[in-house]
Amino acid sequence: MWLEIDGLRFSYGSKPVLENIEMQASPGEITAVIGPNAAGKTTLLKCIARILKPDEGSIVLDGKEMNNFKKEEITKYVSYLPQETSANAVLTVFEAVLLGRLHSLSWRVGDDALTLVSEVLEDLEIEDLASKYLNELSGGQKQMVSIAQSLVREPKVLLMDEPTSSLDLQHQLEVLDLIRDVTVDREITTLIALHDLNLAARYADKIVVLHNGTVYASGKSAPVLTPEMVRHIYGVNATVYVDGDGIPQITPISSVRRKLRANKSNKESKRGDKNEKRKRVERKKNHG
Amino acid sequence: MKSSCQWTTAVFGCCLSKNEQRVNTLSIFVVERKGKGKEKKEMKAKELYEKITWRKYVLLVLFAVTCMLMLIIDVSTGPAQLPISEVFLTIMSPNHSDLTTHVIVWVIRLPMALMAIVVGAALAIAGAEMQTILDNPLASPYTLGVSAAAGFGAALALVLGVGVIPYTETVLVPVNAFFFSTLTCLLILFISKIRGVSAETMVLAGIALLFLFHSLLALLEYLASEEELQAVVFWLFGSLLKATWPKLGVATSILLVTTPLLLKDAWKLTALRLGDEKAKSLGLNVERLRLKVFIRISVLTAAAVCFVGTIGFIGLVGPHIARMLVGEDHRFFLPLSAFAGAVLLSGSSIGSKLIVPGAIFPIGIVTSFIGVPFFLSLILLKRRGFW
Repeated sequence: MWLEIDGLRFSYGSKPVLENIEMQASPGEITAVIGPNAAGKTTLLKCIARILKPDEGSIVLDGKEMNNFKKEEITKYVSYLPQETSANAVLTVFEAVLLGRLHSLSWRVGDDALTLVSEVLEDLEIEDLASKYLNELSGGQKQMVSIAQSLVREPKVLLMDEPTSSLDLQHQLEVLDLIRDVTVDREITTLIALHDLNLAARYADKIVVLHNGTVYASGKSAPVLTPEMVRHIYGVNATVYVDGDGIPQITPISSVRRKLRANKSNKESKRGDKNEKRKRVERKKNHG
Repeated sequence: MKSSCQWTTAVFGCCLSKNEQRVNTLSIFVVERKGKGKEKKEMKAKELYEKITWRKYVLLVLFAVTCMLMLIIDVSTGPAQLPISEVFLTIMSPNHSDLTTHVIVWVIRLPMALMAIVVGAALAIAGAEMQTILDNPLASPYTLGVSAAAGFGAALALVLGVGVIPYTETVLVPVNAFFFSTLTCLLILFISKIRGVSAETMVLAGIALLFLFHSLLALLEYLASEEELQAVVFWLFGSLLKATWPKLGVATSILLVTTPLLLKDAWKLTALRLGDEKAKSLGLNVERLRLKVFIRISVLTAAAVCFVGTIGFIGLVGPHIARMLVGEDHRFFLPLSAFAGAVLLSGSSIGSKLIVPGAIFPIGIVTSFIGVPFFLSLILLKRRGFW
């Protein structure tokens, strides 16, 4: 489904969180939403999932304003995976994934739902865990179950908040690979909030940078992920190297803030010499 | 191309470049989806599901049967010990036995024994749902002051009403207890409505009310005469002795009305256990569900407590036993909690008649004596964490 957001504004009480957000996302593509902590990534996803109600602006799905959808329709089309929560439910993995189909579950569980669940478990290669209880799983396995839960809904719009946060390197890649395949295969409009810029660069077809509740930049990864952007948004000095596939690789080097502090203490104490030296080295690195 | 390939290998430990990798996984996807027979897959899924559920069905049946056995043993136990077969026949065909047996079974013991089953089930269901909507393993009808309020209501009737108003014992006490426990629930609802219906608000409001009613009860006890005080204390112990067919009818009908309503929301309640955030993302109106369920279990608790007094522990332990045995799929969790509660209270009722031969020991005391060792052994024997 085509997703178009225009002039979106949201505030918690008097504290504005999102201001005049404008962005588009298309089916069959992964759009990564990046930005530092408290930039409004989660709030944006929640607004799209209709868990939060925006103050102003429009969110349009396939040409239809979201306000005009019925609640059941939104539940059916849009799947939102919250950041990992510490739930302590005594449920087996199979039951937990089955809950993803909450909107269509009746007392007797239909064969379709069962087949869907076992297919998703197989796709994510966690079918061995099916009859294990959630509290017997590691953090990464729990995360996989959550992902299974949101995929089993067969959504048209998939919203994921930090889906790889507690996964090891191999699983991060496998999960994002799978999400990309599902996105392409089923023509899903996928939005992922990510902290890892390199993963965003590798997997996203499009990147939206949020900064203080507004869209700072958006577009393909190469023009968006620049050293200037990283310095301005994250306050981090970084080098960006574009590899043969045109994918930018970001290597963070130092925090801008530390330098400021170093500057301050420079004036006050003699230890400044050491910092000055380090700074010079870093500057050299930056230019090299 | 080759250099980029090496890059990927170096950075991500994969041996294919981005595009090749994509095509490869995609084709696996397609093959898996369409290649294997759909029926075979369906079979496999069903098998997996049945593997998970059959044990739960067995446990449900087992507990239901135990419940029936307990009921019959409960009826046959007492000052006049009746053979179990005789009891069974008298229940099945009321005209079978002589008048004495008939009266003992039908007039005295059966209402008490059935009351134990109904109240046990009601308290356990209420406890199970309290624990679910408050996301708190310590929650039970006691945590939120519902029982304390019932105790206060009963005491109020006993201290101020006895001898003044006719039918105090049979009518005014339960009505007052019911009134005050529902009043507490309304207060908790009111406070939660203002502050947003979160688990924390409800627990805090409930605990505040618990202390309030405890103090009010203490005040009444301080003011009461010796006989009144004795009556209050005895009521608070909890007792099945006052069970009659009409009271049983009221309690049973409330149980029979609320339970199906709760079971109808079984999946939603299960989803609530994943945490508010997740439940909301699954399209659930969490606050509304919490309110709805709270009202139902309030009525259920009030009905259970007002006739038999504050029988502790069942509302806490019943659900925990069920959770340890079948987990929290509410389609199984709720009924099994009910059965576990019924078996426990029924067992306590039997125990209360055996401890002092010829007399009936207050059941509230026996409940903990029987329940605690059983509960602790479950905690010790179970490897897996259960909350």
